[in-house]
Amino acid sequence: MQFQFDSLASFFAMDGHGPYVWASYGMVVLVLVVLAVTPVFRQRKLRRELQQQLRQEEARRRAATTRAASQRAAEVVE
Amino acid sequence: MSWQWFHRLGSPRWFYQKSSAWLPWLGGAALSLLSVGVVWGLGFAPEDFKQGNSYRIIYIHVPAAFLALAGYYIMAISGAIGLIWKMKLSFVVMRAAAPIGAALTFIALFTGAVWGKPTWGTYWVWDARITSMLILFFLYLGVMALSGAFSREQSGDKASALLALVGTVNIPIIYKSVDWWFTLHQPATLKLTEASTIDPSMFYPLITMIAGFYLFYAWVLTLHTRTMILQREGRTQWVRELVGASAPAKA
Amino acid sequence: MGSEAVEVSLSKKAQPGKARGVALAAYARVPGFYTLFRTELVLAARRRSDIVNPLLFFVTVLAMMPLGIGPEPEMLSRMAPGLIWVMALLATLLSQESLFRGDYEDGSLEQLALQPQPLYFPVLAKVLVHWLVTGVPLALLSPLLGMMLNLGAEGYWPLFVSLVLGTASLSLIGAVGAALTVALRRPGLLLALIIMPLYVPVLIFGTGTVQAALDGYSFGPQLAVLGAILAVAAALAPLASAGAIRISLEN
Repeated sequence: MQFQFDSLASFFAMDGHGPYVWASYGMVVLVLVVLAVTPVFRQRKLRRELQQQLRQEEARRRAATTRAASQRAAEVVE
Repeated sequence: MSWQWFHRLGSPRWFYQKSSAWLPWLGGAALSLLSVGVVWGLGFAPEDFKQGNSYRIIYIHVPAAFLALAGYYIMAISGAIGLIWKMKLSFVVMRAAAPIGAALTFIALFTGAVWGKPTWGTYWVWDARITSMLILFFLYLGVMALSGAFSREQSGDKASALLALVGTVNIPIIYKSVDWWFTLHQPATLKLTEASTIDPSMFYPLITMIAGFYLFYAWVLTLHTRTMILQREGRTQWVRELVGASAPAKA
Repeated sequence: MGSEAVEVSLSKKAQPGKARGVALAAYARVPGFYTLFRTELVLAARRRSDIVNPLLFFVTVLAMMPLGIGPEPEMLSRMAPGLIWVMALLATLLSQESLFRGDYEDGSLEQLALQPQPLYFPVLAKVLVHWLVTGVPLALLSPLLGMMLNLGAEGYWPLFVSLVLGTASLSLIGAVGAALTVALRRPGLLLALIIMPLYVPVLIFGTGTVQAALDGYSFGPQLAVLGAILAVAAALAPLASAGAIRISLEN
């Protein structure tokens, strides 16, 4: 087994078939990268949204407890 | 007889937790096989005496076409499992498989068209295998469109699973009828029953690429499935814990 | 499934001993295939525009064709079988959207699904009527259109027979799509997208029949294949439609 081309230039030219071969390989790389990357990005976005949701719920709960506590304190004062 | 593993498979949570350990292995193996195959096929495999160097497209065209078809069956079978055993996970796998399969079908069509130009002198021929690939592409698009059309997720799952199954019954009929209709394509290079018509020095890189594509498919399918699981199970306790645990500590 | 539901609901009200008898009486009240068929036929006959519109569409679009591609008799006669077949396919598809719609909207589809008999037979009755009011008239009109498009004399009979056989398959296959999309608000284009790929074999063998006759070959084999497709479709498509109706009703 050995490298089939004399030079790098002839490797890219592929005896005139270069554009076809490289266009196909380029398109395949593009599609495969998109396939692999989209779920990663979508997952990151989903996680961020879920975290934000959790934080909001947490804040609301805390606000509710402090409000309840201050009310109770106010009642005691009265 | 323990069927526990089978039922456990139906749990999205179990799958999500287990698959995070598989992912690096799958991805690493897929990418290394693919890069070895690409370098081998592009640089080291001998030139074809008839088609010259344009034949090197075979190393992506054939694996993509293999997986386009296999992907449809994977999608339909997981849909059927979902319909029969009411497994949540299998519907998720089915939905995740549809766009991946469509993308691979697109690759097969695109590379086939580009390969056709230097070999047959034209980008598009209405020959049997190209045409049935195109119809397969439409079948994928139909499943995707139907699954997205329902406002209720479960109905979309079941309806698209049924459509995928109907398509499965039809694929051999479509294939045969298109084959009968017109054939100009070269006979299949890889045959399971007979000896292959391809030289070993060209065959080994091809096998490497096919294996690489299969692994890549498994990897990407797992990734897509995991994302969809998170999206669907967003309200459950385990997802909340998972997301909460990975949240950056804030001041 | 339906019978159990009836039995359970009835036995709750009736005396335990009588439950069985009541359930049997419920069986006796189920309409037979002939009753279903007659009802559908009467309903179809009353909605006259549903019968006429597909035919008008068929004729109008085919009259447009020479305007688009030019009036040369040789070219028209070469394209005639394909044009007539594609238009028949579109006319069937467009009329199919309303196949289950009315029954879904007024709730009678749900009543049919609740009956203690498989949905297979009501679906078959509906499809049969649909074929009688669209497919058969299309086939009867085809010689006229053949004349307009300069079809060779030996093509008329094969065109008629292939349309009679083929439109029946088209109606059956399209019923699956109609059942899958009946719960959606605007299914028109989606229906075409999911059903068109499944029509491919019928189209190929339908035009193949006429083409073979025009070229002076025997067209028996193509007709036999059309018949085989019809047999398979008649056995399987109503089953798939019944499943699809149940999925749509859950939505």
